[in-house]
Amino acid sequence: MIPLLSVSGLSVGFGRAPQANEVVRGVSFELADGETLAIVGESGSGKSVTALSINRLVDFGGGRITAGSIKLKRADGSVLDLTAASEPQLTRIRGAEIGMIFQEPMTSLNPVLTIGTQIEESFRLHRGLTGRQATAAAKDALDRVRIPDAARRLKYTPNQLSGGMLQRVMIATALACNPRLLIADEPTTALDVTVQAQIMALLAELKRETGMSMIFITHDIGLVAGIADKIMVMQNGQAVEQGELNQILDQPRHAYTQHLLQDVPHFASGRATRLDGSREKAPAADPALKVNDLVVRFPVKSGFFGRATGAVHAVDGVDFDLMQGETLAIVGESGSGKSTTARAVLGLVRSTRGSFSVSARKAAAGQSALPIQMVFQNPYASLNPRLAIESILAEPVIATGGRVDAAARAKMATLLKRVGLPENSLERYPHEFSGGQRQRLCIARALMLNPSVVVLDEAVSALDVSVQARVLELLVDLQREYGLAYLFISHDMAVVERIAHRIAVIYAGQIVEIGDAKSVLSAPKHAYTKKLIAAVPTIDRRREHFELDTRQVPSLVRPLGFEPVPSRWEQFGADHRVRVEA
Amino acid sequence: MRMPRAIFAHPSGRIGGFIVGLYLLLAVLGLLGLTPHDPLMQYRIDRLHAPDSTYWMGTDLFGRDVASRLMMGIGQSFTVAFFSVAFAALAGTVLGLAAAWFGRRWDGIVMRVMDVLLAFPAILLALLIVAVAGPGTWTSIVAIAIVYTPIFTRVVRGPALSLKAREFVDAARTFGSSSSYILTRHLLLNLVAPLTVQITLALAWALLTEAGLSFLGLGTQPPAASLGLMLSDSRNLMETAPWLMIFPGLAIMISILGFNLLGDALRDIFDPRMRRAIA
Amino acid sequence: MTYLLRRLAVFPLVLIGVSIVVFVAIRMVPGDAITAMLGTEAGLLTPAQREALAAYFGIDQPWFVQYGRWLLGLLHGNLGISSTYGKPVLDVIIERFPLTLELALLSMIIALAVGVPAGVFAATHNEKLSDLGVRVAAMIGQSTPNFVLALLIIYTLSAGFGVLPAMGEFSPLWQDPLRNLSQLILPAITLGFAFAASVTRVSRSAMLDVLSDDYVRTARSKGVSARGVIWRHALPNALIPVVTLSGIEFGYLLGGAVIVEQIYALPGLGRLVLDAILQRDYALVQGCVLFIAFNFMIVNLLVDLAYVALDPRIRLGEQ
Repeated sequence: MIPLLSVSGLSVGFGRAPQANEVVRGVSFELADGETLAIVGESGSGKSVTALSINRLVDFGGGRITAGSIKLKRADGSVLDLTAASEPQLTRIRGAEIGMIFQEPMTSLNPVLTIGTQIEESFRLHRGLTGRQATAAAKDALDRVRIPDAARRLKYTPNQLSGGMLQRVMIATALACNPRLLIADEPTTALDVTVQAQIMALLAELKRETGMSMIFITHDIGLVAGIADKIMVMQNGQAVEQGELNQILDQPRHAYTQHLLQDVPHFASGRATRLDGSREKAPAADPALKVNDLVVRFPVKSGFFGRATGAVHAVDGVDFDLMQGETLAIVGESGSGKSTTARAVLGLVRSTRGSFSVSARKAAAGQSALPIQMVFQNPYASLNPRLAIESILAEPVIATGGRVDAAARAKMATLLKRVGLPENSLERYPHEFSGGQRQRLCIARALMLNPSVVVLDEAVSALDVSVQARVLELLVDLQREYGLAYLFISHDMAVVERIAHRIAVIYAGQIVEIGDAKSVLSAPKHAYTKKLIAAVPTIDRRREHFELDTRQVPSLVRPLGFEPVPSRWEQFGADHRVRVEA
Repeated sequence: MRMPRAIFAHPSGRIGGFIVGLYLLLAVLGLLGLTPHDPLMQYRIDRLHAPDSTYWMGTDLFGRDVASRLMMGIGQSFTVAFFSVAFAALAGTVLGLAAAWFGRRWDGIVMRVMDVLLAFPAILLALLIVAVAGPGTWTSIVAIAIVYTPIFTRVVRGPALSLKAREFVDAARTFGSSSSYILTRHLLLNLVAPLTVQITLALAWALLTEAGLSFLGLGTQPPAASLGLMLSDSRNLMETAPWLMIFPGLAIMISILGFNLLGDALRDIFDPRMRRAIA
Repeated sequence: MTYLLRRLAVFPLVLIGVSIVVFVAIRMVPGDAITAMLGTEAGLLTPAQREALAAYFGIDQPWFVQYGRWLLGLLHGNLGISSTYGKPVLDVIIERFPLTLELALLSMIIALAVGVPAGVFAATHNEKLSDLGVRVAAMIGQSTPNFVLALLIIYTLSAGFGVLPAMGEFSPLWQDPLRNLSQLILPAITLGFAFAASVTRVSRSAMLDVLSDDYVRTARSKGVSARGVIWRHALPNALIPVVTLSGIEFGYLLGGAVIVEQIYALPGLGRLVLDAILQRDYALVQGCVLFIAFNFMIVNLLVDLAYVALDPRIRLGEQ
């Protein structure tokens, strides 16, 4: 039988001399009808370029197919080599026979057109539908991706919908004309984990309904366990290993596949938590950081005169303490208030109410008044591009009234070495470093003042998975060496499992569950924690079906003067508390 | 220095840089009086003399050498342009930084005042100022400086606001860095690039405005030469002595072209992705 | 809606600011108003006559009293009496305004009709020879001052073809449309030239930005043709900076093209202001400047309306 898609010896290059700048080299694979192939790799592996070559969108990004063939079995049974197809031919194939969805649903829909218009366009182009027929078809398409109230939503523009909703709209658009192949390029990477689970469930269901084939591109090998039949692993433009799902996951042969499966953080339901420094064993001491009833509210202004009519309760009564040498992870989804908590602790956001106490270790001059330092999420935005590394590391010293003398310079050199950066880094500029290196620089900068607490706000989220693993290792080592306390803000359960001693789950500005990491991850008690953990993709759970759930996060906007009911807590075990919901 | 090499490597930077360099040379020579002839000397016998080897660009109605007057005019125009843009850039940077840094009320006041100034067409505002203070070189400088201050204020305020929200400024706050350190190292240093581009482009506009004012007789006063004035004087003699119009006209055009090309090149060099065409 | 309302709220504030600037500026003009009004005849006046005249025009009061009176008059639609024309200022302005408006509209039509297609063409032929041609032309166009161009056009016409641009008595559009157009076409081309060049540059760069946006890739993945991508998906998004630019330029043109009107001997708003300034016709200068600033702000408001129509994100109050 002829496969639906057969790629052989595909090479793709960029620029004026594509042969010399190949980013995909000699990739071959086959895809049968109804099959799902996952292409797994890190950034720069060539996985997206491979996918974009199939519908030849790569041409518009300056790419050229330099060798190989891409044979597509068309609806009428004929076989067409897409590398040799003309643009008009490709225009008829795109959308009709090959659909595609992308990573960023927020930017992948045209902001000035209604979603109805954008879905109707597919029907107009490939089915010749117009007017009322097209509108009806678009409504059906939205129904199909389980968007409630579809008729009304057709008139919405993209900015009126959430990321998860937009990705459904993207799927509806891509599947409008029942293409037999769907290419999904990291479709859930930009989404929250519970939303990701919804989208994955939807894709699996639609695949069952339509019998389409799918190419699923991701950096997360754990994610594909639930959906793929075959896996192809890519590294540096080449397919290093491919095979059946179970074979790749259980008996990986190539070293890189083994690395992706073993060294990279994968969620293991609490089996991979740290073994050092659990609370029960630690002596009761003064906490390094204690936060009491932290409240952060932002006024909501409306009307012509901009009067405050309510408040966003971003953080609403958060309490926790953090011991020396301990990591407390605050996990939650976007908009939960986890980052605001971090920023309030550092004084970057004015807290409406609440108190902190920080016990500073006695240290020499050059100690900052606030012995808490922070490492930010975006390694590209947190270093001033116009300053050399030496000036960047000197800033905390200058800021606290210290002198940049031989001692300070020696400290810079030691720290740079300690975080694993070359010695000549001092006179270089941020743009000369990779994302992971920059994050190491940020860590070194934070340590210049001998802080007792370091706040890490999604500090490894922007990094590639294998870089993530190494930075996490560094953080654990530094914690042991300097006795640091970490407040680790993250949405990523797999990462949190590797570094946290304790976990606080935050939802709608309030902590709903807090306690020993192993206990929280392996035996979650609160309904939200359960949902969150169930949504995390793992290698263990293969072909598992998620229930579709279209509930929305509650609004955090409250009327003026609103105060939440004080939380009641239920204790489970020595260090595990759960809020009792009314 | 990487900058001159980068400009030279950019096609429009090369051309623009050459033009600007040439004009600077002519301007300095013109200001120092190192011209082929005395620009004020009236060679009565050679009135309206067509261009030849003695008078490269011919002579005017009074028998003055056009080439020499052109050099004097370029010196005059460049003086006005440089001083006015320097003042505007300085005032705009201070105001824009203050608006972005202090925010709220300061921002409101500064930007409303700039809105008022921007509600006047540039040449009209300049005219009004000249009418108040009387024509002359310094009036032109002040007028053009006031006209372009709001533009610099905007050019500084926007990026300053976004820099202020960047994570390296947050980081600086967590160390407890002083405001002056943040303002100079984190904001101003990162504003050098957009300011350089804007200054280059503003020089082009300033030359244009100066020529316009002189054309209307409200800028440089005779017998001193200025490109706008020369152009204005040529109008009645267009058919008998077209060189009186062609040379100053081209001189104005090419000078503006030079700065525009250089500005474009600088914009590309500082940020190849930033192709925003208007300030 | 709140976006537009907020923009409207600034309106009177800026207008008052503008009026104060003009009022104060005009009173700082050296020399006294009576001399300016009557010229040498003022020397024949007795001090008593002078005072009477000053009282008649209200210029014997402190400036804030004068400003208050003027503002009060303004609220009644009374901009004062022009001393040069001996007519209400508003009448003088309204006489001159149609020409300026027509000229501004014509220039903008030329600029958009040439600039947008040229910009789109260049963007879709990026890095090719034709793109380079458009860019060079636009660069030269943008660097050509309109008064230089005006003189070049007149010179070329008279030296090359022996014709002179239609000057003389200006005939309004509704009296003799053909003659009106023949009088305005050259000034409109003159003003539209650099304007078109700017539009070309802005639409080219906006198009290039937009064409690399994610949603354009999405459109292509749906099988939208090259033409559909450009006109249906990219252009509406690229138009926003073009609208901004056109609004600013048009707003300035409504203030009158001082120099071009002078060269082509057109009785528009620009020349009116210039003459009023030179004649020290206080009331007229004030009236004109206020009128021009008002127009400018109206145009800004129209630009905001255009944004709202083009971009639903602005409609919903996001910044």
